[in-house]
Amino acid sequence: MNIYLLIIGMALVTYLPRLLPFLALDLEKLPPFIKTFLAYTPYAAMGALIFPGIWQSIPGNPSAIIAGAITSTLVSVLFKNLVISMASGVIIVTIILFLGNL
Amino acid sequence: MPEPKKDFSSGVYTGLPIFLSYIPIAITFGLLARNAGFDITQTVSFSAFVYAGASQFVALNLFTLGAGLWEIVFTTFLVNLRHLLMSASLFTKIKNPRLTPILGFGVTDESFAVASMKEGHITVPFLLGLQLPGYLGLLGGTSLGYMAGNFLPGVIRDAMGFALYALFIALITPPASRSKHILFIFLTAGTINWGLSLLGLEQAGIRIVVAIIGGALTGTIFDPEGRGLK
Repeated sequence: MNIYLLIIGMALVTYLPRLLPFLALDLEKLPPFIKTFLAYTPYAAMGALIFPGIWQSIPGNPSAIIAGAITSTLVSVLFKNLVISMASGVIIVTIILFLGNL
Repeated sequence: MPEPKKDFSSGVYTGLPIFLSYIPIAITFGLLARNAGFDITQTVSFSAFVYAGASQFVALNLFTLGAGLWEIVFTTFLVNLRHLLMSASLFTKIKNPRLTPILGFGVTDESFAVASMKEGHITVPFLLGLQLPGYLGLLGGTSLGYMAGNFLPGVIRDAMGFALYALFIALITPPASRSKHILFIFLTAGTINWGLSLLGLEQAGIRIVVAIIGGALTGTIFDPEGRGLK
């Protein structure tokens, strides 16, 4: 695969949705069904991205994955902070992997 | 009396939290990109030209799973469609819009969220200032992550493989715990993708596209007015 072609393609499909509304979009004319569909798309994307790929993130250590996922979820609920939630899951996984290597 | 310089500085100050939140994500991206076999020019180019944290991780993920170029570009497109609405909403807040090609490039979930929380209208210099720290944070963090990759112990590098899933979990937990309907859409798409994988559909890119459309469409059919978002 040509990586620069990938970067150009991704840059275009990332830039256009960001730019087009600035140039010409009449939000009033967008059918409500499409508006709702687009608004729900990111949540569906997260589901599709997490399952089942998460099981391959640390080969052969499902308990570390489950512990990390539960930690990030709980910390997110408690602190509502993206960075802290993400970091806490990674730290728990690191500790479990470290202990497993002893 | 317009004060562009003051507005710009005030925007930079308002955008500093975005800088801070992008640094670890960008370091992770730099690291994972290196692990996936990209060179430093390619890695930094992703952040400089694509400039979309989530889709960059998606691309890395799909690339590692062996997806093709068009699958990755189309999935990126689907993941970024939400920016259509964010840009549209943001557009209505800007006083005397100009430099729109630059403002449009700077729209991310985070810059949109921070800018939208400001009361009333915002000026073009303010928005430019607000968008700048995030961009610098992503570029700086990406380079740092790529270069620091060698110095991190093996255990930490293995743990970084989990980092992007930790990011996705951190992104989805607040809306999913606020709205049962969002949780339903999230789980529907996850179930579709997992199910297709168990059925033996190898191409992750196509599975993910089907699952995203399936999840969002199911959510829209059950709730065409989007009440679950409120």
